[in-house]
Amino acid sequence: MAAVEGPMPGFSFENCIRNRHLEKIGHKAPTAYKTGTTIAGIIYKDGVVLGADTRATEDTVVADKNCSKIHYLADNMYCCGAGTAADTEMTTQMISSQLELHKLNTGRKPRVATANRLLKQMLFRYQGHISAALVLGGVDVTGPHLYSIHPHGSTDKLPYVTMGSGSLAAMATFEDRFKPNMEKDEAMKLVRDAIAAGIFNDLGSGSNVDICVITKDKVEYLRPFDEANIKGKREGNYGYKRGSTAVVSTEVKKIPFEVVATQVVSGTEAMDTA
Amino acid sequence: MSIMSYNGAAIMAMKGKECVAIAADRRFGIQAQTINTQFDKIFEMGPKLYVGLPGLATDVQTVAQRLKFRLNLYELKENRNIKPKTFLSMVSNLLYSRRFGPYFVEPVIAGLDPKTSEPFIASLDLIGCPMITEDFVVSGTCSEQMYGMCETLYKPDQEPDDLFETISQCLLNAVDRDAVSGWGGVVYIIEKDKVTKRILKGRMD
Repeated sequence: MAAVEGPMPGFSFENCIRNRHLEKIGHKAPTAYKTGTTIAGIIYKDGVVLGADTRATEDTVVADKNCSKIHYLADNMYCCGAGTAADTEMTTQMISSQLELHKLNTGRKPRVATANRLLKQMLFRYQGHISAALVLGGVDVTGPHLYSIHPHGSTDKLPYVTMGSGSLAAMATFEDRFKPNMEKDEAMKLVRDAIAAGIFNDLGSGSNVDICVITKDKVEYLRPFDEANIKGKREGNYGYKRGSTAVVSTEVKKIPFEVVATQVVSGTEAMDTA
Repeated sequence: MSIMSYNGAAIMAMKGKECVAIAADRRFGIQAQTINTQFDKIFEMGPKLYVGLPGLATDVQTVAQRLKFRLNLYELKENRNIKPKTFLSMVSNLLYSRRFGPYFVEPVIAGLDPKTSEPFIASLDLIGCPMITEDFVVSGTCSEQMYGMCETLYKPDQEPDDLFETISQCLLNAVDRDAVSGWGGVVYIIEKDKVTKRILKGRMD
């Protein structure tokens, strides 16, 4: 047997029996980060506009006030994620790498339909246990496309979609004001307002509005596009003076300089012996 | 009771001016019974890179050893020190591979880039969702208290000595409102040319 084995591919279930036992004797497993999110996207005249809020929650605590929910998939495709934060992050990373390999194998720009198929097949394989709810948008040779992908693997292809806990607030805005073939500014304003509706009316969503505009040959990733809640200026100084904290012992460890480059100088000149 | 508070822990990290700090309490207990008050929860992963692991103590040590193992392989393969962001991916990968049967740890990473000395702090949840922030990260049984302390005391661009006071007071005052963490603290201030480890005096009750 090899002395050193690298990590095994795929999921490991080695802790499951122990964890189930702990659960049975009354030790609750902690909650993972959730993005109780508002994410949305629309198709407009020249492409796709994706939008997301930036709040991540751990139960009722706001874990991250400015997290990024619009994930990169390929140069012409981005994907908003809602649900368990780790799942949306890892799923999009995995598909992104598969799309890159696909691009190198075929020598073509990946299509949005390809990304949609990869994502839905992966999520269906895990029967909804990977809780990623996604809004996939991009532009390829066949034009702009927008999909919503549910955790169990079902997908919709629509001109305007919303996902996450704030999806109702965002969809209400879309249903009121969406029309086909909008101008860019109008489309961005509509997505901003839809995300803002989620930020202000859904407790799982909050902080800023991120927007990503994808057109045939350009991507504009605006983060933050709009700061919905600007923090006030602090008037007082609540800092502690140096020396306030009682220290028992101090240990200083010097870090040796790192060798950045080595150079051999050949001795053409005579050694200085003066 | 949550398994995360079975042994008790409080860890936080902060960014300063050309420096980062990482701090932890020193208690190891079994529920309400304290066993050890010199317990290590922060592990050195490079000359300027540290990881703090709050959570179930058995998993804390297992994860620390598994990470060290993967890190050693990386450094042998690459013949250079790891960047904090790469290390974050490594931790994330390890934890997410146990997505359906996780280790009960919520790591905190603090370090400086080995070449540019750019400060870096991050935290992960127990299934490896990375979170990189520009100010501070907290993790452990009294995270709500730590969030409160950090939100009021934290200032950007502090000198190493001021950062030490800030992080120490944030930690000590937070753990005093938590029954299962505390019993003194330890703070690492990581700078370009040195790492200072200070043991803090705290309430022993």
